Amino acid sequence: MGSMKDKTAIMGVGCTKFGEHWEKDHEDLIVEAAYEAMDDAGITPADIEATWVGNLYDFTGLSGGVAAEPLKLFGKPTTRVENFCASGMDAFRNACFAVASGAYDVVMACGVEKLMDVGGTGLPVDMGHPILRGSSAPGMFALAATRSFHEYGWTKEDLAHVAVKNHINGAKHPKAHFRREITLEKALNAPMVAWPLGRFDCCAMSDGAAAVIITRPDIAKTSKHKHDYVLTKANAMVNEAMLPMYRSSFDFLGFDATRTAARLAYEEAGIKNPAQELDLAEVHDCFSITEIMNIQDLGLCAQGDGAKFVREGNTHIDGSMPINPSGGLKCFGHPIGATGCRMITEVTKQVQGRAEGAQVENARLGLAQNLGGTGSVSSITILGRAD
Amino acid sequence: MAKIASFGAYVPLFRLSRQEMADAWGVPAVPGERSVANSDEDSITMAVAAGTDCLAGIDPSTIDGLFFATTTAPYNEKQCAGVIAAGLDMRTDINTSDFTGSLRSATSALRAAADAVDSGSAESILVVAADCRLAEPETMMEQLLGDGAGAVLVSRKGSATLRGFDSIAGEQIGGWRRSKDAYIRSFEAKAESKYGYMLSAVQAGKNVLENEKVEGAEITKGIITADNPMSGGKVAGSIGINPMSLEDVLFFSVGNPGAPLVLMMLANALEQASAGDKLLVVNNGDGADAFLVEIDEAFAPVEGRKGLAAHLAQKKVLPHYTDYARFRSLMKKEELDPRGSAVTYWRDANVALNLHAARCRNCNDVNYPMPRVCITCGTKDQFDEIKLGKTATVFTYTLDHIECGNYVNTAVPRLVVDIDGGGRLFLSMTDGDPDDVEIGMSVDLVFRRLHEGSGFHNYYWKCRAVPEATS
Repeated sequence: MGSMKDKTAIMGVGCTKFGEHWEKDHEDLIVEAAYEAMDDAGITPADIEATWVGNLYDFTGLSGGVAAEPLKLFGKPTTRVENFCASGMDAFRNACFAVASGAYDVVMACGVEKLMDVGGTGLPVDMGHPILRGSSAPGMFALAATRSFHEYGWTKEDLAHVAVKNHINGAKHPKAHFRREITLEKALNAPMVAWPLGRFDCCAMSDGAAAVIITRPDIAKTSKHKHDYVLTKANAMVNEAMLPMYRSSFDFLGFDATRTAARLAYEEAGIKNPAQELDLAEVHDCFSITEIMNIQDLGLCAQGDGAKFVREGNTHIDGSMPINPSGGLKCFGHPIGATGCRMITEVTKQVQGRAEGAQVENARLGLAQNLGGTGSVSSITILGRAD
Repeated sequence: MAKIASFGAYVPLFRLSRQEMADAWGVPAVPGERSVANSDEDSITMAVAAGTDCLAGIDPSTIDGLFFATTTAPYNEKQCAGVIAAGLDMRTDINTSDFTGSLRSATSALRAAADAVDSGSAESILVVAADCRLAEPETMMEQLLGDGAGAVLVSRKGSATLRGFDSIAGEQIGGWRRSKDAYIRSFEAKAESKYGYMLSAVQAGKNVLENEKVEGAEITKGIITADNPMSGGKVAGSIGINPMSLEDVLFFSVGNPGAPLVLMMLANALEQASAGDKLLVVNNGDGADAFLVEIDEAFAPVEGRKGLAAHLAQKKVLPHYTDYARFRSLMKKEELDPRGSAVTYWRDANVALNLHAARCRNCNDVNYPMPRVCITCGTKDQFDEIKLGKTATVFTYTLDHIECGNYVNTAVPRLVVDIDGGGRLFLSMTDGDPDDVEIGMSVDLVFRRLHEGSGFHNYYWKCRAVPEATS
């Protein structure tokens, strides 16, 4: 397998505030994110040669038109990418391939979702087989929490620590959906959604969009961010079973998609000891249990030690391995198709030292990870300063 | 002559005291309690349960037909027997038929089954009856009804012989329900009892004894259906059999379940019968059917066959009338709108209804649902289609408050279970208290109505905690 390391650079990033944008439609959101990214890169729509847009639900739109139409990117290609919650990062990944192949010099990866237009009681999951299917999204991840409690003796309080930490970070980020700190008691006493996951174990249902401008490193060297542009050190994605709960070997203690993608990404980036070499990680905390499992699957702590690792404060902004300095999906929000590019935006700004929320000190190498379905797809991007 | 090879029964786990029902409406209470089918049960699912009980230890692929009797068919147009046969994993080259419209339909089906066996057109036919009838709220009838199912396997070989069928066609307006009626209606009960019930039941019973040259005193047990504990005794007295020999009509424990009552009573009688016993069955409804059952040898206990008594012994008492009201949808609530597909349902019937899985010939792993490529070793199209077991152990679970995108107050337990003998499934739990679920608990798989997507009954399997007898 070849390597993508250092073959693409990020010229600029943009992201809307995430939240309940009742007064805006997906056009408003994608225009805001894309123009912020283009301004950041110092380019105009005419400079963009091709676009990939991550978008899960067809009620937002179908086809490349989801991005091409609002931005009037006519006369050039736009591809809509759907890969569950990894849609946005898969859009970024495909955009990187296009630049690395030499086909294009400047492309855009973006993502958008307008969840609140269809109401707010969890994600619509009425898809697939009418009988042989999964349950609600919290229900699926709750299965892993129950099993982890059983195997490792974890409790709801272990999960609550994740929410408390993400609310501390989210409170500091001007673009986050939820911007209030919470107490452990509040998290523990919240209404139940899918035992053992209560309301504060579940991420926000949000609207939002994010965009990333990608180019070749030699072009980035002469761009607006010539002194602090960011290189793609690795990008790996792995698909696994759609419905692992029918798979007798699945132990519900971790997701192979993330484990394999992490191994591939670390190899590509030349990372030997991720917990020491990475300065921060934006991981897919769709649910509190998922953040703990992701930390383990990414090799940032040992299998089974995730709850202890969190409880000891390692994942705080000033801890040994800051996780989700943005507030994560929990507080920043999770407009599905937008999340991957939002994470890349956050990691880019962190390693550039210009985080909009809490800044991780001296960050130079960061990781972003999207998990889709019930561990059905995991996408990992590692970004580092060029200098 | 046609024999009875096996019998079975089913009573829903839930009971409701008639006092609680009476208190809810401020009306007088009838003594005893009634059985209540869960919201995901109907006459098809209960028929599968009774049929499963009856076929304990018997290979369903050896049965040549299934006759289903009910007055509450979940489909007015579309055969129910075929659904039941699939749930019981029977062959498809069999004779299936629905007998409906009358409380006497179970014995109509039984007689047809015996005729088929006697004529040689079938080696064996499973007769199942089930009902889930609805009475007008606040009426005494609401307290008197119950839900349940019964089954007998009619075969060329068996421990009891069926003899002397006699039928009386009686046109009386006793109880009825027009297609546009939600509830059962009835006219003056005294007139129906005196002229409808008594006349035809007594006539049919007498005919059997006379035609078969059996004295009333030779009858060891009378199985005389009735909707109260008194009427059967009057019929027995008029026929000339010992009123003290009568099988219990389940008045205090189940209520009147309708069409299946006769098979539930027969199942209980057969379980207790000794060699040489003669049973006289008199079933009533728009006339009457009667026949003799001669016990050639006592029915030996069969592992897994509960019969009626064990089903009666396992129960959960519903605390409130509103539980019953919710189960029967007496109050109009917002309906969930899940997606269904008649095409998918048909294509995957062997997976969803027959509960078959695929065992990989290369790595031996059990795959469910059945794939083209093995999820464990990646081998393509090398599978044996196998039957999954119906008992399992919980591997992990959640108590999910989200149902079809809506928040529901009562969480639905969703279980990842390891099937005994191989295979892993993701199923909802029913009949249980969500708080009782734990990893490692044993569950039974039960056939239930999953949802009503696309306007048809989407049946599938659920789990329930293995019921325990409550002394």
